[in-house]
Amino acid sequence: MDKMPGWADAVLVPLISLLLAAILSALVIIGIGEDPVAAFKLMVDGALMRSSGWGYTLYYATNFIFTGLAVAVAFHARLFNIGGEGQAMIGGLGVALACLYIPWPNWYVALAGATVSAAIFGALWALIPAYLQAKRGSHIVITTIMFNFIAAALLNYVLVNLLRPQGAMDPATARFPEATQLPTFQDMFSTAETAMFRGAPANVTFFLAIAMCFVVWLLIWRTKLGYEIRAFGHSESAAKYAGISPVKITIVAMLISGGLAGMMALNTTMGEAERLVMNATEGAGFIGIAVALMGRSHPLGVLLAALLFGFLYQGGAELALWTNIPRELIVVIQALVILFTGALDNMVRMPLEKLFLASRRKA
Amino acid sequence: MTLMTKLYGAAAALAMTAGAAVAEPALIFDLGGKFDKSFNEAAFNGAVRWAEETGESFREIELQSEAQREQALRRFAENGNNPIVMTGFAFGNVLSEVAPDYPDTKFAIIDMVVDSPNVRSVVFNEHEGSYLVGMMAAMASESGTVGFIGGMDIPLIRKFACGYAQGVKAVNPDATVVSNMTGTTPAAWNDPVKGSELTKAQISQGADVVYAAAGGTGVGVLQTAADENILSIGVDSNQNYLHPGQVLTSMMKRVDNAVYDAMKAGTDLETGINVMGIANGGIGYALDEHNESLVSAEMKAAVDEASAKIASGELAVHDYMSDDSCPALSF
Repeated sequence: MDKMPGWADAVLVPLISLLLAAILSALVIIGIGEDPVAAFKLMVDGALMRSSGWGYTLYYATNFIFTGLAVAVAFHARLFNIGGEGQAMIGGLGVALACLYIPWPNWYVALAGATVSAAIFGALWALIPAYLQAKRGSHIVITTIMFNFIAAALLNYVLVNLLRPQGAMDPATARFPEATQLPTFQDMFSTAETAMFRGAPANVTFFLAIAMCFVVWLLIWRTKLGYEIRAFGHSESAAKYAGISPVKITIVAMLISGGLAGMMALNTTMGEAERLVMNATEGAGFIGIAVALMGRSHPLGVLLAALLFGFLYQGGAELALWTNIPRELIVVIQALVILFTGALDNMVRMPLEKLFLASRRKA
Repeated sequence: MTLMTKLYGAAAALAMTAGAAVAEPALIFDLGGKFDKSFNEAAFNGAVRWAEETGESFREIELQSEAQREQALRRFAENGNNPIVMTGFAFGNVLSEVAPDYPDTKFAIIDMVVDSPNVRSVVFNEHEGSYLVGMMAAMASESGTVGFIGGMDIPLIRKFACGYAQGVKAVNPDATVVSNMTGTTPAAWNDPVKGSELTKAQISQGADVVYAAAGGTGVGVLQTAADENILSIGVDSNQNYLHPGQVLTSMMKRVDNAVYDAMKAGTDLETGINVMGIANGGIGYALDEHNESLVSAEMKAAVDEASAKIASGELAVHDYMSDDSCPALSF
């Protein structure tokens, strides 16, 4: 087989990509007259050296795990779900409706109920593009991205006209009742003497995200449905020949994907804001694509990539707080990492592959 | 986490801000960004004025996401920044949660009331200033129809519109006020193209003076008004210079003064509700070399008289937000 060893594919390629992105970012920072070493140190200190920094890193990572898994599941069926953003928005609507209109007795029952509601809302939002792809051949990339805009407009309408409390200026719902508020890391890990994760938004949904990593792994590699999804992804004609229905797999894979994306809203809506605000998704649906690409659509890879992006987000916030690096440049740095790890993946992989093959031939 | 790593983190943060005064004030801009030619920029200018006068420095951040609201507040408070000033009503919810956790830090919020012992809530009597520019609009109008273009449709902007309509009707009870809002989401603060279209629509309805209370959207309103040769009225900052001779005046909401005052007071910042109106110079209209040819002596006399009456309490302008209704304009 003309392949490089698995460890090189899974570890070396992302590492080199990251290094390239880091070098370019450093040049950008030097270009505006700041010190890249100090900036990097500040990011590490702010994101990883304090427990509240970890609280933010893990909070962002939770979002990216959900959306990354969503994209990864669709990838296995060779479907490119760009609609994570919209599915998460509608998932947020599901969370808000469940939290506001059902009198939950306590948070864990509420979490279970809201999870189901978020997943159903997210999945239903993915259903129409999935149906159009499966039955009518409308390209899923086009339809899912269009549905992001429709979701934003729908959410806008619902928040402004239906769910906004009387007299409030923010386009947001009322605060969720006490019983639905999820325990944060601060509640869980602080002792009487030391406050851990003070004020950080990381909450119990992080563990739900970890659990979903395991569930997705089980689904893709240990179930008949997962096998069918992968077979369909490798070759549609072969899958058809084996008696796998393309319509069913397309729709089921997209429903699972949409459900996972919808569950992301649990973290931002129920865990952090405790009300539904307009831009609750904060672009996590799109970051999920980069996370899935970088994680090679494997749940473990998605988890690690999500942690990296969580670090970048939190580190970026620290940069904005304590340096004069403008926020636009912080976005540039984040974009460089996405560019190198996601879009330009092959730029590193191909030469590396050649290098490995050449060394093997010599041996 | 051990005490050592905490100390290390704190030391690193201090090293980055080396030379900073202990109680350096901080300013947090809303998602609109600091260079919006209007509200946030006025806040920035106030902070810069303070820094230039005192030779001291301040921290600032432009937010990127909702989650950063709380984070920025807490990090600045933990870092010892004091006072912490923030622009915009959207901070209200978060601040009411964060403020009690840092009783030794003073906060100042603009355009919102947060009830906490260490918070100064700065609110403006925008209806008073809008009343004055409404009078000027009615006197300058030849068609008897004037326009209002708001940003996001929230009670705060209706307060502008209502004060404006009252001013117009005070001068000319038969005048027509055409009112439009740009949108219902925060995106409406920064949509100059739509602002321009609304202006054209109002011109076709006969308006020959338009008042824009719409943040960055107003730039499009003023531009189109200048292109179509009608008069416009700016908001928040003095925008007369944008189109000299074509901007009738600007309703000045001295956000810069509010920020300047808060930073100048420093840790002794007086908390509670701080109402900025005509009486204390927080609200006014702009008169400079760019619009003096447009403002007649008669106009100025009438407006100054009304201004004095409002300041003394003799004339009360109805505040839309007091009862969510407006006697002079229906929405």
